[in-house]
Amino acid sequence: MALLQVRGLKVAYGGIRAVRGIDLDVDDGELVCLIGANGAGKSSTLRGITGLVHASGEIRLAGKRLGGLPTHAIAREGVALVPEGRGIFARLQVWENLAMGAYARRDKGVDEDLARVYELFPRLAERRQQIAGTLSGGEQQMLAIGRALMSRPRLLLLDEPSMGLAPLMVRKIYDTIQAIARQGVTILLVEQNAHLALQVSARAYVMESGGITLAGTSGELASDPAIQAAYLGS
Amino acid sequence: MLDLLRRPRTRSQARAALILLAVLLALLPFLTEAALGRSWVRVLDFALLYVILALGLNIVVGYAGLLDLGYVAFYALGAYLYAWLASPHFGLHLPFWAVLPLGAALAGVFGVLLGAPTLRLRGDYLAIVTLGFGEIIRIFMNNLNAPVNITNGPQGINLIDPVHVAGLSFGKTQQVLGLTLSSAHFYYYLFLAFTLATIFIAYRLQDSRIGRAWVAIREDEVAAAAMGIDTRNVKLLAFAMGALFGGLAGGLFAAFQGFISPESFNLWESILILCMIVLGGMGHIPGVILGALLLTVLPEALRYLGDWQRLVLGEVLVEPTDLRMLLFGAALVLMMIYRPEGLIPSRQRKREFHAEDGVLEQEQASLYDTRT
Repeated sequence: MALLQVRGLKVAYGGIRAVRGIDLDVDDGELVCLIGANGAGKSSTLRGITGLVHASGEIRLAGKRLGGLPTHAIAREGVALVPEGRGIFARLQVWENLAMGAYARRDKGVDEDLARVYELFPRLAERRQQIAGTLSGGEQQMLAIGRALMSRPRLLLLDEPSMGLAPLMVRKIYDTIQAIARQGVTILLVEQNAHLALQVSARAYVMESGGITLAGTSGELASDPAIQAAYLGS
Repeated sequence: MLDLLRRPRTRSQARAALILLAVLLALLPFLTEAALGRSWVRVLDFALLYVILALGLNIVVGYAGLLDLGYVAFYALGAYLYAWLASPHFGLHLPFWAVLPLGAALAGVFGVLLGAPTLRLRGDYLAIVTLGFGEIIRIFMNNLNAPVNITNGPQGINLIDPVHVAGLSFGKTQQVLGLTLSSAHFYYYLFLAFTLATIFIAYRLQDSRIGRAWVAIREDEVAAAAMGIDTRNVKLLAFAMGALFGGLAGGLFAAFQGFISPESFNLWESILILCMIVLGGMGHIPGVILGALLLTVLPEALRYLGDWQRLVLGEVLVEPTDLRMLLFGAALVLMMIYRPEGLIPSRQRKREFHAEDGVLEQEQASLYDTRT
């Protein structure tokens, strides 16, 4: 059975139906991406899964129902969200941000994981004493991902990690995402930049005005003429 | 000396500084009485009371970032509970050690009651609701004298029992160990004990798991929830903890004054306590203490302005009370212009207001992410 199983997920803001009953699966250890244009409902899907907005439908993590749980409880189940706009604690130092990521943990492996994050992001290790708000956009994105990893998540949700970053930095972030996936972390990646997302992921879903219109392996989708025309600009 | 306490060069130096501070605090009321008169010992008492209040409000505003403009309501609840349980008003005379915790607990419960409906509010909106809450409590106290006389209305409650310890009433001047101690002296030591306990608790809270959760919520509530922090309970806890200290200070105030009325708990008090925090350095304990001490002592000192005018000019040109408020306002405006982070801000807050040049440069350079 899939690690994350979403059935008939609906999210509405007042009368506006942002997500209109989608099905979605992410297997253990898989990197799956959810692509689509601005306003297609990608971020709302993540917000619905993490309990940040009210959602109907069924959400299961390894068989356990998450629907109706508050955000913090879902986080404690092992779902780590890297929100759009990163949501770092701007006035805290880099290491304090990372420590906050392990807030809900009570086991002894935190220092080990901190070392692993610093290894993954040497930039953060150099700047561990720096105030997070003074980091560059790319470094803040690294910090947000590193902080999410500190909770040792079963499922990592990434919301537009390339947003507002210089091309070189985007490349770097995506290399790291691939490295994290290779370490066995299950990732659901939401991305507007379809080209990039299809390169790194194994499977992909395409979202359009609140519904999933296409699904398949990333290779298939990348060569799909409709996708190429709509998202890959060729 | 404070610097020595924080960064002692040697162990013995630290101990010496601590002993010096303890002796100074112990002798302070006597020195003050000798130098300035007994009324100043009372000012000292109030200063300590306000330190407790400011540290309590600092938990809500400084740590958790929830702007509470109705803090005085908790102070009022603690004071009124003390008056109800230890005065001729209901004929009850419970001892202070029983009433103080009850008052703190009652305030804590009301803290949660206020917090629960305001959980979704932030910033200005929260400030407005809390401001309303403060006024509601005051107006209740003002009007709950009919049909059943609970608060005695605007007249307030009089003849509240002073604190008794081992057969010693704190309300009278007495001889203890050959020293003549006035009521103000007794309360100084009592308040000092509570103040030290409050400072200790404030530090422990700041460094605790809960303290970190408060900071996370202050910084970014969504991210905090995503870290597994139960934002609802943690916010309610901030309100409850802050209210607890408000209630405690209220009880102490009632016992000390022997008389309370709704007038003592108006909006101005809430604003004053908030000013202490902002002036001293929000979220930073030494700053908050300094702010509380300054804002209780300075207005009293400014009372002498009338005498000085008579001495220098031969007549009182401007009423000292008017001038006091004017100077107070001017001081705050100057603070906001020249030192918005407060007198003794935490390192964090200081950085926020004065980005060092190096950081700024780095910030601008890294905008482009040229070094990869």
